[in-house]
Amino acid sequence: MKTSIALAVSAAFAAVLSPAVQAQTWEPTKNVEFIIPAGTGGGADQMARAVQGIVAKHGLMKQSILPINKAGGAGAEGFLDVKNAAGDPHKIIITLSNLFTTPLATGVPFNWRDLTPVQMLALDNFVLWVNSKTTYKTPKEYLDAVKKAGPGKLRMGGTGAKQEDQIITAAIEQRTGVKFTYIPFKGGGAVATQLVGGHVDSTVNNPIEAVAQWRAGSLRPLCVFDTQRMPYKEKVTKDMSWYDIPTCKSTGLDIDYLMLRGVFMAPGVKPEHVNYYTGLFAKVMATPEWRKLMEDGAFNTTALKGKEYADWVAREEARHVSLMKAAGFIAGQ
Amino acid sequence: MDEIQSLWHGFGVALSPTNIALMFTGVILGVIIGVLPGLGGANGVAILLPLTFGMAQTPGGATSAIILLSCIYWGALFGGAITSILFNIPGEPWSVATTFDGYPMAQQGQAGRALTAAFTSSFVGAFLAVVMITFLSPVVAGFALAFGPPEYFAVYLLTFCAFIGTSKEPPFKTLAAMMLGFALAAVGTDTVTGTLRLTFGSTHLLTGFDFLVAVIGLFGIGEILLTLEEGLEFRGTKAKLNMRVVLETWRELPRYWLTSVRSTLVGCFMGIVPGGATPASFMSYGVARRFSPDGAKFGTGKIEGVVAPETAAHAAGTSALLPMLTLGVPGSPTAAVLLGGLMIWGLQPGPLLFVEQKDFVWGLIASMYLGNIAGLIVVLTCVPLFAAILRVPFSIIAPIIIVICAIGSFTVKNAMFDIWMMVVFGILGYLFKKLQYPLAPLVLAIVLGDNAESAFRQAMLMSQGDLSILFANTLVGTMTTLALVLLFWPMISALLAKLRGKPG
Repeated sequence: MKTSIALAVSAAFAAVLSPAVQAQTWEPTKNVEFIIPAGTGGGADQMARAVQGIVAKHGLMKQSILPINKAGGAGAEGFLDVKNAAGDPHKIIITLSNLFTTPLATGVPFNWRDLTPVQMLALDNFVLWVNSKTTYKTPKEYLDAVKKAGPGKLRMGGTGAKQEDQIITAAIEQRTGVKFTYIPFKGGGAVATQLVGGHVDSTVNNPIEAVAQWRAGSLRPLCVFDTQRMPYKEKVTKDMSWYDIPTCKSTGLDIDYLMLRGVFMAPGVKPEHVNYYTGLFAKVMATPEWRKLMEDGAFNTTALKGKEYADWVAREEARHVSLMKAAGFIAGQ
Repeated sequence: MDEIQSLWHGFGVALSPTNIALMFTGVILGVIIGVLPGLGGANGVAILLPLTFGMAQTPGGATSAIILLSCIYWGALFGGAITSILFNIPGEPWSVATTFDGYPMAQQGQAGRALTAAFTSSFVGAFLAVVMITFLSPVVAGFALAFGPPEYFAVYLLTFCAFIGTSKEPPFKTLAAMMLGFALAAVGTDTVTGTLRLTFGSTHLLTGFDFLVAVIGLFGIGEILLTLEEGLEFRGTKAKLNMRVVLETWRELPRYWLTSVRSTLVGCFMGIVPGGATPASFMSYGVARRFSPDGAKFGTGKIEGVVAPETAAHAAGTSALLPMLTLGVPGSPTAAVLLGGLMIWGLQPGPLLFVEQKDFVWGLIASMYLGNIAGLIVVLTCVPLFAAILRVPFSIIAPIIIVICAIGSFTVKNAMFDIWMMVVFGILGYLFKKLQYPLAPLVLAIVLGDNAESAFRQAMLMSQGDLSILFANTLVGTMTTLALVLLFWPMISALLAKLRGKPG
């Protein structure tokens, strides 16, 4: 308890001393709506509510943060809400990959350029999982089995349709020439359970969605879709840590994919508004609670802001366009 | 008897003065949340979740936090029945089936009796479900793993088939209402292809029709329009206003033990699967109507028609926590928020939770016993108070109801559009009643249509279009067969009677 207060105080000091925040003159005059373009209980929802809890616990803000779920139309409801609130500094939104996939797949009229980028909080990893009752120890063994079984015979379970999980599945298919039957479910927890129950043959769950079943010995990770291994070396199961999972690239499956967990604001807000929130998130990310959340979910803790962030998002958008075009996921294509 | 010992230990954890105070706070908040339509249990828990974040950092704090939140959940389960019975407005999706007999009872001046029956059966359902969790959790926890898309579809099919024959209206009117419900449920994002459908380019329709808005309109506003037409008064004014009604009802309830047992079984099954409390209540009502000797009179104010859905809803709501804790799969929207809470508090739901977090798990299970007792005490003492609401003149209460309905519809998505939708649904509800179309199949299809459709299409993806997947193993085969038997029961029973008649 004491150390966390000390940390918060030092974080607050650091924030005050840093030149970027000295220009900060604005602060919220009423409660801030934190829009979540996804359902309750999912990864984005957990992260937004964790932020709310951290802000409240450490008193980082005079006003409160109120998370609101606007999940309709694969998140389009939330994005349109923020897009239409031009100039409103009391509204922020957490995004996942549906920032790119939803407008592309459904044709709903919005683009990340309609919003103001604030801060990247973290990037979420994807891991290729199989049931531990199977004999596959490497991605190659598994993909050979998929090929041998014939097109569409083995099933890949994932969250949602034409979103990140299906995009990765399509990328694997394009790279290796195998063909899965992709089965969309509504939530990551359900996907992991379907794999344990043997209703699907593999998944690309985020670490946090599958970790409990991994620890219980029901699932086996084959590789992680990042360019480097996850840095967490503490043992998660009896003999493995997140770090022990090889990258897919190193096993010959040359695909990397990370999902954005970032914050945006409405269009037309002033620079001091953006500065306020980057300052706030710097304080949030310095808390021990935040670090624990990152470790539990084996997140990639890249946290860009400003132009670097916008550039990253632009690159990622281009990548989604090409991935989704190749997979035939674009509306009206 | 390891469980008894662990449970005893759990009571030790749960029975601190702070935790008991939290329990009552949670239940009272939950009842209020349950009463207000629109502000569902999931919202209530979500709003309070961050408050528990600091709480969970202290030793034993995670247990206190989940006690508070789960008690809100129990309270909401209890509270949902109140407005269903008094005003024909279900506060929560799972109390829709309670309106079928609960509201007619209130109109006949038996609001107290209906409320007591609802609360008591809720308690019985929850209690039996907790007992099941206490002693059978290792056995049943893995049961949900057997459920893939075909099995889920079979569960939904079973719900529809159990319910379909239960309205008094002609079968084709039932069918028409149900198909309209399916059509409404299809609006929005198609979960299997990820594309939008039936939105006609409107951004308001992206999210589809929210069930709560539809129910508030169809039942609440529709009912008020009808009452306006029939003369501005409530017919429930004769309701008894003392505690004696509770005791009298209790004397009567043991007669329906068979219904309670059946409904508990349906509820526990639906909770563990997890199918959810709403289908459980519909299925249980349908089954009770079919197998009760008084079945034909259901819908006119039979107490059994209140006992069945309430028992099942509470049993399902309680046992839904089991797949949440052991598999990380939430059985209801509220359970989903609780699940998020667990993770924020640093607890990892999953097969190892029962091993690694004994204090927490058994504290929670003990709090389920205590929380439900607390809930029962709170709501039963308020029965006369709730019944007294019906004495307020209609000209005062009706505008209040309309305002609450409007706020409820607005709260669902913070959208003005939903208030207009509520009005449209209100007019639809009025027309349905005037033309004697049943509302229940419409509502059932709106609630379950989307899930049933996803499960069916996932199953068809798995089998590449082969329907035989619905009979692929014993589990799914049994459920599908059972559903078909229930669907054709009137014909089957007629046939059986004929066969039996012939030799004689």
